[in-house]
Amino acid sequence: MVNADPPVLLHMRGIVKHFPGARALDGVDLDIRAGEVHCLLGQNGAGKSTLIKVLAGAHQPDEGEILVDGSPVTISHPVAGLKLGIATMYQELDVVDGLSVAENVYLGHELAVGGFSQRRAATANTRTILKRLGHGDISPHREVGRLSAAGKQIVSMARALSHDARVIVMDEPSAVLDSEEVKNLFRVVRELTSSGVAVVYISHRLEEIRQIGDRITVLKDGRTVATGLPVADTPTAELIRLMTGRTVEYAIPPRPPVADDAPTVLHVDGLGLKGAFRDVSFDVRAGEVVGLAGLVGSGRTEILETIFGARKRTAGTVSVGGQALRAGAVSKAVEAGIGLCPEERKSQGLILDEPVYRNITLSTFTRTANASFLDERSERRAAKVQIDALDVRPSDPERTARTLSGGNQQKVLLARWLVHGCRVLLLDEPTRGVDVGARAEIYALIADLAKSGAAVVVVSSEIAEVIGLSDRILVVSEGRVVHDGPASGIDEHRVLDLVMEGSAA
Amino acid sequence: MSDQEIEVPAARGAAVEDTITQDQVKAPRKGVLHGAAGRNLGLVIALVAICIVGVVTAGDRFASVNNLLTILRLASVLGVLSIGMTFVITGGGIDLSVGSVVGLASVWATTLATQTLAGNLNWGVMVVCALAVGLCAGLVNGVLIAYGKVVAFIATLSMLVAARGLAEIIARRQTQVVRVQGFKDFFLADPFGIPTLVWIFVVVAVAGWILLNRTTFGRRTIAVGGNPEAARLAGIKVKRHTMYLYALSGLAAGIGGVMMLGRTTAGSSTNGQLYELDAIAAVVVGGTLLAGGRGTIVGTVLGVLIFTTLSNIFTQNNLSISAQAVAKGVIIVVAVMLQQRIADRSRSKT
Repeated sequence: MVNADPPVLLHMRGIVKHFPGARALDGVDLDIRAGEVHCLLGQNGAGKSTLIKVLAGAHQPDEGEILVDGSPVTISHPVAGLKLGIATMYQELDVVDGLSVAENVYLGHELAVGGFSQRRAATANTRTILKRLGHGDISPHREVGRLSAAGKQIVSMARALSHDARVIVMDEPSAVLDSEEVKNLFRVVRELTSSGVAVVYISHRLEEIRQIGDRITVLKDGRTVATGLPVADTPTAELIRLMTGRTVEYAIPPRPPVADDAPTVLHVDGLGLKGAFRDVSFDVRAGEVVGLAGLVGSGRTEILETIFGARKRTAGTVSVGGQALRAGAVSKAVEAGIGLCPEERKSQGLILDEPVYRNITLSTFTRTANASFLDERSERRAAKVQIDALDVRPSDPERTARTLSGGNQQKVLLARWLVHGCRVLLLDEPTRGVDVGARAEIYALIADLAKSGAAVVVVSSEIAEVIGLSDRILVVSEGRVVHDGPASGIDEHRVLDLVMEGSAA
Repeated sequence: MSDQEIEVPAARGAAVEDTITQDQVKAPRKGVLHGAAGRNLGLVIALVAICIVGVVTAGDRFASVNNLLTILRLASVLGVLSIGMTFVITGGGIDLSVGSVVGLASVWATTLATQTLAGNLNWGVMVVCALAVGLCAGLVNGVLIAYGKVVAFIATLSMLVAARGLAEIIARRQTQVVRVQGFKDFFLADPFGIPTLVWIFVVVAVAGWILLNRTTFGRRTIAVGGNPEAARLAGIKVKRHTMYLYALSGLAAGIGGVMMLGRTTAGSSTNGQLYELDAIAAVVVGGTLLAGGRGTIVGTVLGVLIFTTLSNIFTQNNLSISAQAVAKGVIIVVAVMLQQRIADRSRSKT
């Protein structure tokens, strides 16, 4: 563990990084001591990746300073970072499969004399480094593509050490490993720290952080909300509060309860998708909002996509208004009146270089066409009505979708299904990457949709949001529905408990 | 706490790619050289410049009605292929087989059997035969690509080789002269003083423009090329449409085969060689995005005219085919670089 007074190797103060239209980092402070494992915590998009890239020299900070051994430095490019002794192991392991272990370790700084590579020296050094990592069993001549994920990670780590790194940043190193390999990783990390190397460790698994970490820094919305927390004395609840802590209240409009005689619109029975989820059954009535709560990877997105036909179900049935849907046929689902607003708006939802009105009418231009000839005037009119109704800004229907902000892009997708006139709307993370104001508008929209008689299914990572929006909550864990009940009778903690129980079972 | 990943909601205001401040949402500049009209204007200017070079270097030999018609007649076969290619490329694909399909269609339409049948019945039999051959070749491409999940480049490359081989087998490497008089009379005529071939090109180009810009087929093409996943999730049958695109390109190649017969009055397995490259070059120079999602028929027509006129000027000045090839290469690179520049600029502005 940390000594009483270990020297600070690296100091970041007030780091600010702008991207066009956004502050990815908005005042980050961080100090890394020699020989410690410093854990970085934060939600997706809190700024961890940007921070790593600033450290690695891939991004230049707009404000703030970085001190190494007390003197200010500029890390203008990745090689400069390595020269200062800062090495990064990215999540997607950046090894070249076709090269040998030794070639990978010395990639970019090959040992060479007069242009001739010193293979023997590289091999010998690689062997020494691998031994230091406790992996003398990996031959430097081995082709990297034939190593396991854990082996590749060792190679990546060996590369960091070949640069005499004093700070090694590990971005979710355990994500690709099984539990035995994680143990081995921790052993290696401890060996590194005992020789004075500092490790910046990023992981979503709090359990791991408890095992390996010394101190924790929490990022939220590009800011440091807490730094230097001792791992041993900080309760988990406190960490979760810091990461997810509500800075804004949810402005979810209240809705009257669903009428008792409301007809069932969406009927899902025994739905299954091999390798993702199984035996999912539920009904959604007209005017009802059903929320799917669960962790990333629990199968909630897959459930929505399978109902929609974007994935071909391997079991069960889906019917809309009594009419059964064919498996894996999106066009049939759309005809039957189902709409999906996908999780990845840009890659799955929008045609970014096409104008807004054409994105809005993407599901309906065939319907408005006369004998296959487009009726652009009525398309524009229909799009304009929705643009005004949903307050899409800017309100120009001719603007390309690319230029809109996240919230407005989401509104464009909602508008598409409003024009289409959906009876069932499936919303996957409808407020991801949407700013606070637009979020309130989207909540109001969902409420309006339900009021007008649509059946809505919402997936969101924010449990409070799902609970607030929904009449009924299904808790999904590891591909199974572990709870189905009214939203009024459940709170965030209970949902988390259910999720944990489900994954333990 | 279990070993499970803990809940990680997405970031909000700070999400980089999603928030765009007001000052960046200014309307894109609508200068003369921006947008589709601007790109076409650039091509027209280039074409005019080439014509001026032609007049200066070759004088009346270049600037005569006869020569103009020669240029147009030469442009017409390539033009029809390029219209089909525009659809495929706009839809995010590529068709390397069109030149070979021209050869195959021209050979199949001039076999002894076909010509005998055509002589007994009607010369239209030859036309139908060529179109059917083209359409079938295109359908094979389309099925392989859309449903067989073969990469377009490989599927159509295989068709390029196979169709040429089949044409050689059918023709036994011999030139099959067109003997059906009705066929020759029709295709060698000049209604209203303009060759039939040119009329066909005009009709195909106008039909292509309407199809791409005014119909659901065209809109689907742009959607599928722009973002196939978004198109699929909006309810568009992406696979089926992809198949149609290659079938259309094959049909265009079939038409090209007929026109080739009309021009040369001989079916040969070497007909249409390397036309696929010229067609792709014309389409890309015309401003259609090779990555898909944006296509322009007017641009393609201008691209075809630029290349054909240039070839004509080289020939008029007795410059070698090899020199033409070098010039073509340079033009393609320069045009694509300019396009890239414009695309980057409009993207960073908005």
